[in-house]
Amino acid sequence: MPTTNITLSLEIWRQKDSKAKGDFETYKLSNISTDMSFLEMLDVLNEQLTREGSDPVAFDHDCREGICGMCAAVINGIAHGPEPETTLCQLHMRHFDDGDTLVIEPFRSRAFPIHKDLVIDRSSLDRIIQAGGYTSVNTGGTPDGNSTPIPSATAELAMDAASCIGCGACVASCPNSAAMLFTGAKISQLSLLPQGQPERKERAMAMVTAMDKEGFGNCTNERECEAVCPQGISIRHIARMNREFVKASFFA
Amino acid sequence: MELKSNVPEGPLAEKWDNHRFSSKLVNPANRRKYSIIVVGTGLAGASASATLAEQGYEVETFCIQDSPRRAHSIAAQGGINAAKNYQNDGDSIQRLFYDTIKGGDFRSREANVYRLAQVSNSIIDQCVAQGVPFAREYGGTLANRSFGGAQVSRTFYARGQTGQQLLLGAYSALARQIKTGKVTMHTRKEMMELVLVDGKARGIVTRDIITGKLETYSADAVILATGGYGNAYFLSTNAMASNVTAAWRAHKKGAGFANPCFIQIHPTCIPVHGSFQSKLTLMSESLRNDGRVWVPKKPGDTRRPGSIPENERDYYLESKYPSFGNLVPRDVASRNAKEQCDDGKGVGTTNLAVYLDFAEAISRDGEATILKKYGNLFQMYEKITDSNPLHEPMMIYPAVHYTMGGLWVDYNLMTTIPGLFAIGECNFSDHGANRLGASALMQGLADGYFIIGTSIAGYLGSTEQDIVDNGHKQFSDAKKSVQDRIAKLLRSSEGGPAGKLTVDEIHKELGLLLWDHCGMARNKEGLEKALAELPAIQKKFWDNVYIPGTGEELNQSLERAGRLADFLEFAEIMILDALDRAESCGCHLREESQTEEHEAKRDDAGYSHVAVWEYQGEDGVPKLHKEQLLFETVTPSQRSYK
Repeated sequence: MPTTNITLSLEIWRQKDSKAKGDFETYKLSNISTDMSFLEMLDVLNEQLTREGSDPVAFDHDCREGICGMCAAVINGIAHGPEPETTLCQLHMRHFDDGDTLVIEPFRSRAFPIHKDLVIDRSSLDRIIQAGGYTSVNTGGTPDGNSTPIPSATAELAMDAASCIGCGACVASCPNSAAMLFTGAKISQLSLLPQGQPERKERAMAMVTAMDKEGFGNCTNERECEAVCPQGISIRHIARMNREFVKASFFA
Repeated sequence: MELKSNVPEGPLAEKWDNHRFSSKLVNPANRRKYSIIVVGTGLAGASASATLAEQGYEVETFCIQDSPRRAHSIAAQGGINAAKNYQNDGDSIQRLFYDTIKGGDFRSREANVYRLAQVSNSIIDQCVAQGVPFAREYGGTLANRSFGGAQVSRTFYARGQTGQQLLLGAYSALARQIKTGKVTMHTRKEMMELVLVDGKARGIVTRDIITGKLETYSADAVILATGGYGNAYFLSTNAMASNVTAAWRAHKKGAGFANPCFIQIHPTCIPVHGSFQSKLTLMSESLRNDGRVWVPKKPGDTRRPGSIPENERDYYLESKYPSFGNLVPRDVASRNAKEQCDDGKGVGTTNLAVYLDFAEAISRDGEATILKKYGNLFQMYEKITDSNPLHEPMMIYPAVHYTMGGLWVDYNLMTTIPGLFAIGECNFSDHGANRLGASALMQGLADGYFIIGTSIAGYLGSTEQDIVDNGHKQFSDAKKSVQDRIAKLLRSSEGGPAGKLTVDEIHKELGLLLWDHCGMARNKEGLEKALAELPAIQKKFWDNVYIPGTGEELNQSLERAGRLADFLEFAEIMILDALDRAESCGCHLREESQTEEHEAKRDDAGYSHVAVWEYQGEDGVPKLHKEQLLFETVTPSQRSYK
């Protein structure tokens, strides 16, 4: 597709801080190259706002390679925008048309308070991992890496789950604000691997409990999370988490 | 400034063992009496925090992102080296050591590099035990691939997301210690200043990124794991927030800065395509296992790559370096790409790109095999460029990637400030003048999991120090200096934006100056020009930068301005260092010092040293110190990958 320049109308959620009441503001932006990434488009807007003496839009971003999981916004109702398996930073403006209106708002969930504009607090996800998303091994004294063979297919399946970038799009897109794809992916990864076996039951119980405590909802098979996940993580991992949880509640 | 490397006695292979035996220890019951600050949560910082907490110390860990899992180690794609010799292809600790020191063009310390190779195998075991899903063979054993600068297959990987998986492993170990309460995690807090009491590192001043509040923290030792300074160039493969601030603050308090001109320019990145561009994206070096690099033989050939017949293509790396071919080290690959483009054979709209072609590998192994190895990289490339590497060769060009230079450290990874340690990319220690692929992850985890624990015990066990808390005057003075600095940053914005420049505009100007004169090829004239032009950019920044908002709120422009202010000061020693090192070595090509075949020509008689810069005050000229490099077991040779 050849590069062109487009003009956009942006409706962006502006909120001064966590206590303020936010609202949408409209901005016109012209001369946007279709080769730009979505975040580069926001950079251009912010340079423009700065030169006008207005407050630039605060948004989280870091690696801009689709892997750190820091960038996050809902574009026209879809977390990370319209392209499948794409983070906001990897979304390019060639997917939009001249004259489009884009509504840009933060990931919304009771468990993700807004700090400012599009910047949110996702520490609730960290606390779920802290509840049990690890193997309890200290540094040193671990057996040789090849001492326990793991079938390639199992390692690949674990890797599918482990690829989660922790962005929270699953939560933002779920009508119940559930973090079950996030939690399921970690439980699934470790329950598939031999290294995760010793704490398998305790882990499932602890992580699900932590998830509930943070105020996330539950899965009702809407599959919205899977549809927006930048890593394409399947809801089969939620099913595995549920099995792990049930088994753990009976036998732990 | 005294540079005592503290390399232990004994034969190379026994130094680490001897050192661990002679080093002081801290009794397990006493460890809880010591507190340690760790700044940064990448591979080095997260692994160090977890390991020290497991050993019993009280750890306070800081990161600027919203979660420790975001650190830029996460973006490393290709893999991690270890001397396991699982492939039975002749690898050994000695060979990994030799490849690394040769790859670094004999500008690193033998003892440190040997120790790195020694602990490499334990890293793999540790990560497997954490549940890192490394790629496996069908029989269930760990898979390996090859990387540049080596003729053995020793790189372990998890698809093209190895850094992510290793970081999530270290992050999970850290999470476990946060849960136990042994690590107190501070997210979204940026280190603004280092605090010294009686000449020793005893704490830091931080700024809360959400509220702007300045806070002070005290400890018995401070560890910096704050990464590299590639973002000095504005455009690099680093994350947007990667910066030199913590290291530079430490430098201004007395920590020597080593080899600042050693900057790795990575050969396989997506080329620059517009002035709006905010960062460059790396395509893993592992692609060179199967991709063939070429340009049209005829300069100015604008035909589509598919229309250029085989006999009109120049596979220049394969013809020039028959034994390593497309897998020459990064510095060699980058320089050759530049040379081809300088000769007018570059491709793409800017003529600043070469092809990386998978057609032969696809016809040999099939699409499915190639996609299994590189699927996510191909996808990423297509997202950015709108072109599918299965059907059309990738276009690549070198970009700033990794900084081998960093805070000078001794064998214990301690800087010239007692009690201040630097680990991971933040230090200079292991990669000399060029880092081999898949060695950054190895070094970050070696430092954090297996080395820093010994160093911390050795330091605390042998150092008498008073109990100091953040009520001490040094803390309030340091906090005051940070307050003043923020006020100074905001001063030029008082009259509004008219006639002013944004932070990024000035950063781009600095980046261009460095790229043009202190980039892939350097010469005396250019470096002197850059040195002469730098003060004007510094002045422009302090007189004319416009930063909206205040210091007492979430203010991303202010964050960037603070980091740019440090890059602007730091750039001076980068250029001075490149100017002083009149030889070529590794990544550092001085055009005056080349072989007849345009390879980097070292001058061992004049420059077999680590160049360490000492800060001399606002108006002082930075002072150069030298740590001579002594090679007891290897003989520095002219590198040849032919």
